[in-house]
Amino acid sequence: MKRYLVNVIIENKPYVNDPEGETILKDLIAGRDYQSVKSVRTAKMLNIIIETNDRKEAEDIVKKLCDELRIYNPVVSNCKVEVVDIVQVKN
Amino acid sequence: MKIGIVVFPGSNCDMDVHYVFRKVLHTNTEFIWHKHNNLQDYDAIILPGGFTYGDRLRAGVIAAFSPVMKEVKRLATEGKPILGICNGFQILVESGLLPGAFMKNDSLKFVCKWINITVETNRTPFTYGLKLNHQISIPVANQEGRFFADPKTLKTLELNNQIIFKYHNDNPNGSVNAIAGISNMKGNVVGIMPHPERASENILNPFGNNDAILIFKSLLDYMDEQK
Repeated sequence: MKRYLVNVIIENKPYVNDPEGETILKDLIAGRDYQSVKSVRTAKMLNIIIETNDRKEAEDIVKKLCDELRIYNPVVSNCKVEVVDIVQVKN
Repeated sequence: MKIGIVVFPGSNCDMDVHYVFRKVLHTNTEFIWHKHNNLQDYDAIILPGGFTYGDRLRAGVIAAFSPVMKEVKRLATEGKPILGICNGFQILVESGLLPGAFMKNDSLKFVCKWINITVETNRTPFTYGLKLNHQISIPVANQEGRFFADPKTLKTLELNNQIIFKYHNDNPNGSVNAIAGISNMKGNVVGIMPHPERASENILNPFGNNDAILIFKSLLDYMDEQK
């Protein structure tokens, strides 16, 4: 068994407005020297550590739990699951 | 006739609802701990407001997985009246009993103020005794109170007469189409974002209007009629 770090990123669907991202852009970034920034969207991220046989199994289990336990609300959010790395176990 | 008020860890309007039913409306009312899994004895269920599980992950989502919710779903299918107030409304949405989603208020702030809502339909047990377009003075208190539904769901809600209450003039959280309350298709499961239990007596309302009690009275009249 190996331990994997899996990132779950929950972000609003494109048609759902994001007042926090809008405020960060409008009141913090815009008006300073960052005219190249056109959009900011906020998201929530969970770092999950899971012990499985391989990467695929880690990804599948986390995807399943995100759907079953409503880690994201499919009406307004998308959810990305990324297996990032193998976590070293200290002996 | 017996009303059940479900208490989750973090519910904080349970006592207020209990007070209104027991002391103001003289109705047999009991608290139900969220681990309870038999609601056979109850004629109507109220999910009160609060901050179940500290709104962690998303308001209402963790409570939606409480053992009692399986039984609430069963009662909903039987057609028994179920009302979710504020966080109770969020729990009904997260458990799939009502459509849509809740998001942080447009202002990103906790909003606590008196507003007016209008009655959009009286086909539910909780609006049974109310006239269409009747204005009710009532307080809101929420941070994740922005109701959202995609255009297709909104159309369905409108076509089936499932929009029960709307904010009048002042939309305190940026809810789509100023929606303050909806029902399921059948009309027996209703969610309302403002707090009728905090406006059910004249002494509680700075505008001297206690019409919010008509929401609870409607339920009692409806149940009397069903007998």
